[in-house]
Amino acid sequence: MAIKQRSKSLKSRGDGLSDTFFQLQVLNGKQATDAQFPKFVDTIASNGYTDLKPVPLEIFQINIGKLCNQTCAHCHVDAGPDRKEENMDKATLERCLDIIASVPSIHTVDITGGAPEMNPHFRWFVAEVRKLGKKVIDRCNLTIVVANKKYHDLPDFLAQHQVQVVSSLPYFSKSRTDSQRGDGVFEASIQALKMLNAVGYGKEGTGLTLDLVYNPSGAFLPASQETLQAEFKRQLKRKYAIDFNSLYAITNLPISRFLDYLLQSGNYAEYMEKLVEAYNPATVDGLMCRNTISVSWDGYLYDCDFNQMLDLKVAAKGQHLNDFDIASLQNRPIVLNQHCYGCTAGAGSSCGGEIA
Amino acid sequence: MEKKYFDPADLKKFGNITEWQEAMGKKFFDWYGEVFKEGALTEREKALIALAVAHAEACPYCIDAYSSTCLEKGADEEQMMEAIHVAAAIKGGATLVNGVQMMNHVKKLSM
Repeated sequence: MAIKQRSKSLKSRGDGLSDTFFQLQVLNGKQATDAQFPKFVDTIASNGYTDLKPVPLEIFQINIGKLCNQTCAHCHVDAGPDRKEENMDKATLERCLDIIASVPSIHTVDITGGAPEMNPHFRWFVAEVRKLGKKVIDRCNLTIVVANKKYHDLPDFLAQHQVQVVSSLPYFSKSRTDSQRGDGVFEASIQALKMLNAVGYGKEGTGLTLDLVYNPSGAFLPASQETLQAEFKRQLKRKYAIDFNSLYAITNLPISRFLDYLLQSGNYAEYMEKLVEAYNPATVDGLMCRNTISVSWDGYLYDCDFNQMLDLKVAAKGQHLNDFDIASLQNRPIVLNQHCYGCTAGAGSSCGGEIA
Repeated sequence: MEKKYFDPADLKKFGNITEWQEAMGKKFFDWYGEVFKEGALTEREKALIALAVAHAEACPYCIDAYSSTCLEKGADEEQMMEAIHVAAAIKGGATLVNGVQMMNHVKKLSM
């Protein structure tokens, strides 16, 4: 099923925003806009968090590559079919396995991308992680399942290895989904969801978890997760007979292609203002950067996937898998910047949805 | 000095109405907040009603505010436009149903 990309990645367009330093300048009102907002570090310091520290490491999140069959308008990774060079190699994945095996507190390996399944070592890696007895999450864009014959058996593979599937579906309508993710994405996603349901995903009693991710298709904040989940369940069941387990409501962070959209559409200042006004101190303790390490395709370590995309490496002794030092990581201060307002707005936002 | 009767930035100053009548203003905002909480109707349904009323009242502040709120509460474009059609239908119907009053009066006066 063909997906029509609405744009190319910022990198292949040669856009200034593909430069992470430039993005940080924008977020701090020094480039493209003079809009100023209270510094996030000062805001959380006023709630007593002068240094945000991690809790024991539980989630090892790997951004396995930037190659994707979609070019979503809001993508914070700037992924796309044109990002063929940035893919994790087998040696780096083997190093990941060593670390996962050596840190008992890691219970989950969260694999994201790009479309992680497009990495040639994906299936081997999933099988190896499962042998270690760790839970695996595949952040699957759904359409990859129907993109090419070689991926049609992905639902069977994922089910066989009891992988938790977490998939983006910004809305239960074609117009809202395709405007964010590309023409044809909605229909392909529905087809893939049916294939996942057919092998037991999202069905009671199978133990196969299929969660959906909602993120707003524009410059607005998400509704409450509970309300959206009820509406998604009702509509997907009624219109397409599709079942899923939980829905995560995730806020779009003002970085990469979503930042580009905000600037191009004239919504940047108003969106930042919304995030700042919606700052909720009750979200800070549950921020995902506290129990997660994010690894880039080339093996560098970050506090979260967003810091990774801004190239804000961990403030610890070892910043690469080859210098992995769990003691130093557990004592690091988490690197913060203005985009962090996205995770503390309203009910909060993380890779697992709402926080507070 | 440029004169204009509607400035979107004024919406943020709505709360300032309490400056000249604090007690009544405070009661209004407390009640307003309570009205839009989830109850027998969901927050999304209430936002759609508010959007429809905003159009019937032709209030530009309310239209801006509830267009955003409807999106944030998970309503889509189709639902929002249907809500406005409901408002328009009632406005149109309310005008036309008064035609019966006109007809009654004309019949009374005519031979």
